[in-house]
Amino acid sequence: MNNNGANGFAAQSRQALDDPALQSALGHAQSGFVKKRAQAIAMVDDFERLKANAQAAKRQALANLAPLLEQFEQNLVRNGGEVHWAQSPQELNATVMAIARNANARRIIKGKSMIGEECDLNAALESAGFDVVESDLGEYIIQLAKEPPSHIIAPAIHKTRQQVAELFRQYHALGERGLDAISDLVGEARTVLREAFLTADIGITGANVLVAENGSIALVTNEGNGDLSATLPRVHIVVTSIEKVVASMEDASLILEVLARSATGQHMSAYTSFYSGPRQAQDPDGPDQFHVILLDNGRSEMLGSPFEPMLNCIKCGACLNHCPVYTNVGGHAYGWVYPGPMGSVLTPLLQGLETALPLPNASTFCGRCEEVCPMGIPLPDLLRQLRAQQYEQTREPRRWRWGLGLYSWLSRHPRAFAWSLRLSRAVLRWVPQRAWPKQRTPIRPSGDTTFLEQWRNGPKNGAQNGPQ
Amino acid sequence: MKNNHMPDQAKTPPTAALYITCLANSLRPEIGHACVQLVESLGFKVDVPLDQTCCGQPGYNAGHRDQAIAVAKTQITALQEYDWVVVPSGSCAGMIINHYPRLFAQDTPWLEQAIQLAARTRELCQFLDEQGWQPGTPSKNHTQQTWAYHTSCSCRRETHSHQHGHRLLLKAGIRLAHLHDQEVCCGFGGTFAAKFDPLSSRMGQKKLAAVEQCSASGVTSADLGCLLQLQSLDRSGLSFCHIAELLAGTCAGEHKP
Repeated sequence: MNNNGANGFAAQSRQALDDPALQSALGHAQSGFVKKRAQAIAMVDDFERLKANAQAAKRQALANLAPLLEQFEQNLVRNGGEVHWAQSPQELNATVMAIARNANARRIIKGKSMIGEECDLNAALESAGFDVVESDLGEYIIQLAKEPPSHIIAPAIHKTRQQVAELFRQYHALGERGLDAISDLVGEARTVLREAFLTADIGITGANVLVAENGSIALVTNEGNGDLSATLPRVHIVVTSIEKVVASMEDASLILEVLARSATGQHMSAYTSFYSGPRQAQDPDGPDQFHVILLDNGRSEMLGSPFEPMLNCIKCGACLNHCPVYTNVGGHAYGWVYPGPMGSVLTPLLQGLETALPLPNASTFCGRCEEVCPMGIPLPDLLRQLRAQQYEQTREPRRWRWGLGLYSWLSRHPRAFAWSLRLSRAVLRWVPQRAWPKQRTPIRPSGDTTFLEQWRNGPKNGAQNGPQ
Repeated sequence: MKNNHMPDQAKTPPTAALYITCLANSLRPEIGHACVQLVESLGFKVDVPLDQTCCGQPGYNAGHRDQAIAVAKTQITALQEYDWVVVPSGSCAGMIINHYPRLFAQDTPWLEQAIQLAARTRELCQFLDEQGWQPGTPSKNHTQQTWAYHTSCSCRRETHSHQHGHRLLLKAGIRLAHLHDQEVCCGFGGTFAAKFDPLSSRMGQKKLAAVEQCSASGVTSADLGCLLQLQSLDRSGLSFCHIAELLAGTCAGEHKP
């Protein structure tokens, strides 16, 4: 797919609608997510209460963000780890490379990290001469395909099984190994990745939650690849962002309770691990060095702004899975690493309003994203506020700005409004089929006049009089 | 709250304003007559304020906040005399009930009026169900048909009144098919349909495929926007009828393009 960034959304979404392989991949995977989440939630006595607890923990954490981050740093340093602060993606990438060079490292194994994607970390590392291998199966597949993720928790959801087999045939020395079943594909990836785990100098992972009270990070995966990336290499680097900190293990568990259920419909992810520092004398394994890089990249500016609720996001992907736009066009149409409703809010905030003008508009405001968001983020309202920013900065297409302005003016002047409806009825009555999109038949008005005119010319004119 | 606005019922019947919505007003006036009939059958005096225009949602959802505020003031003024304001659309009712008060958060006098109006405003189905509507004799042509009830996103998530609609349809003896994925949007979304036509069309086509799958021969909904979206994409000659017409027994069947 051509990618002209988020501003290319309209063309990219059309292309996605016409891509049969993509449509088939999206159709299968998406309905599974929705069904599993519904089942997982039905099995909980009071999911609303779980949500409220998780949201309260997060709200408190954001209200005390600076002290909690300091506490996190102090505790992590006490455990023998190091904390690095990165204002920008460039700073984060430079920090990773400095750590890698200091450790004389060349081979890097990576667990899945959206912060890594946000910073385009792989490209930076590769261009600096490091070998990087993604160890999450989905990330590994898109790394081979040289594509960005199309979903925040299922990065290769846009790929069909046949396409994955094709990639493996292209890049692996397969020999006698077959790729007929899904288990063959998984086995194939495992064979290749095992080698990469054992030879890597550095493991990079993300983090789902940071715990201030003991300086540990929580990491959830379903493949165990995060744990192998964290424990086998001699250096473990965690790339994460500042809004992920919470006060306590108790609060972290509240968030993990809603995360897996909302994301994959599991009660808990298959692997939930807490890492709190480098290998201690009594530990059987673990890295010699433990680094946590905390990315800001515009997040501290969101604090206290109307967009602060977006910092509640725990990247579960429920809003993507339930979005009628995302499920029809997939993630690549959105042009950057965060797609769906959360991406339509985050992309303009992190990359600049002008780089993502279509995204806040690409929503019917059906409200399903807000309904399924475990962290109570009012996504439609945030999208509407981004539209308001576009209006205030006169960044809307001119015909919409004027057209809607005219309609608003008419709506304040009932006589002119009535006249304009008469005119539009006349136009709609006669406008030819070819003036409409070809897949649509024209909407023709019924009756002789508008309802208000019929009413004014005699209440109940044309209606069956009185009660039935 | 609501009883505060109810005059002594023994003397004068309470008045209900019909807020017709710009779509029904201009494109399907017969929905208005059906609404009048339904609300009158409950013993209300129905009036249709002639200064009503549009709730302002197109501008509001486009982020034209200042314009939306001006439009909202026009509607609040036009609707202030009535005990009830009945709206045959979850979308427009939701705008008045949920979003008008937000627009005036910084403007106390108008905020009070907006809150009062919100408290007196009901989506049609909710109003009919709460007021104990009973069906008359439905006309024969619809009772023969099987209908798919499209619970609009607005009725589901703005006015929370989709179950009222469902109850009314059952009460009226309408034969309903089991429509899958009811919580999925039809792809209308106001200006969205024009801005992202191919995407909007695909969403509508999927909704129509679900209708076909449940073997309904007609689609009904409390939101005309959804019905027009689906009607313009329909290729199999389904009937499209607003829930007010279906309940009033005045549905003329399909509107031939």
